[in-house]
Amino acid sequence: MPQKKQETSQPTVWLVLVRDLRDRAAFSELFDYFAPRLKGFLMRNGTGSAQAEEIVQDVMLTVWRKASMFDPHRAQASAWIYQIARNRQIDIIRKENRPVPEELAQDPGSEPDASQILAIDQEAEHLKTAIEQLQPDQKDMIQKAYLGDLTHKEISIQTGLPLGTVKSRIRLGLRRLRKELEGLR
Amino acid sequence: MNAITHHIPDTMIAAYVSGNLPHPFAMVVAAHISLCAECSASLGAHQAVGGALLERSDNVAVSSGMKTDLMAMLDTPIRSEPIFDAKGIFPSPVMEALKGKPPRWKTLGMGVKQSILTEVGGGSVRLIYIPAGQAVPDHSHSGLELTLVLQGSFSDETGRFGVGDVEIGDENLEHTPIADAGDACICLAATDAPLQFSSFLPRLLQPIFRI
Ligand SMILES: [Zn+2]
Repeated sequence: MPQKKQETSQPTVWLVLVRDLRDRAAFSELFDYFAPRLKGFLMRNGTGSAQAEEIVQDVMLTVWRKASMFDPHRAQASAWIYQIARNRQIDIIRKENRPVPEELAQDPGSEPDASQILAIDQEAEHLKTAIEQLQPDQKDMIQKAYLGDLTHKEISIQTGLPLGTVKSRIRLGLRRLRKELEGLR
Repeated sequence: MNAITHHIPDTMIAAYVSGNLPHPFAMVVAAHISLCAECSASLGAHQAVGGALLERSDNVAVSSGMKTDLMAMLDTPIRSEPIFDAKGIFPSPVMEALKGKPPRWKTLGMGVKQSILTEVGGGSVRLIYIPAGQAVPDHSHSGLELTLVLQGSFSDETGRFGVGDVEIGDENLEHTPIADAGDACICLAATDAPLQFSSFLPRLLQPIFRI
């Protein structure tokens, strides 16, 4: 089997550049990659073009402002931006403030762990492949669930997606940050 | 201190990630995730699914001036929003709902107190204070009820719940939680419908105390 190239996903690289260097060129790349996808994503559940753009703008501005909270040991850029997009969409449409969990900010002195970041990327790739392999109706159900088109009572996600392995990877990333907290409990 | 044994079910975390959970429950889920590494990892896994769907979603071109406008906005100073850090037993989502102030307890009798954080429509989130050894009046739920322990512990017909544990009650759960010996039990409780008390007197008091 050919050796698969092991590189951190491009959007994650851009987002880390934005986080660490306030790099505008990298932000411009992030915009080009995510803005049209976000717009398509938001319009899938009936949000009009103008409002979708308003939310895309808001999301991308939030990405710039909150980049310091991004931690590639726990998430890929797309997962982090997905959550911002859903939260902003709800804040704007329902005019309510979504409760969010405590963010464990990374210790700025801690060295990045390249193998952990790669592992998160690999798990995300597995997940994407698994989604592609779903039956059309399952895929449709997942889309609806994560777009917020199903009520919490309608969501019963038994998709066979490899969430367990993703979780264990993320747990490792969290452990870096949680050590102190666990000590306190 | 004991490890968390009662978690948020996976489907509820999926609903939370996708913004499908009514506000009162979202508050309890956010508070639990703040305390629980296991559910925090679950949250990350569901966000990864969301991210994968975002990456494979259709590209729809944005208006031509949008990027220029946005790049020009990057330097605009932001009105900094207050940040509410965790304080004592209260994780940051609770501190945010309290706006950084200590809870304003209202007594319900028998030493039981509550502090309503938010109330929208039929749903509400409140803090409940139960002295050690005290029972919460027998009640059933017409909807869903999530209870997260923040201090002490309680036991009922279904088991024991310590700090960080979440009890999920629905129509089928008629229970009498009793605070265990030791510290008073303080919980964060959310419902999407008013509670119904089985005994006569508390039902009369219900509209008064808004239980
Ligand atoms: Zn948990």
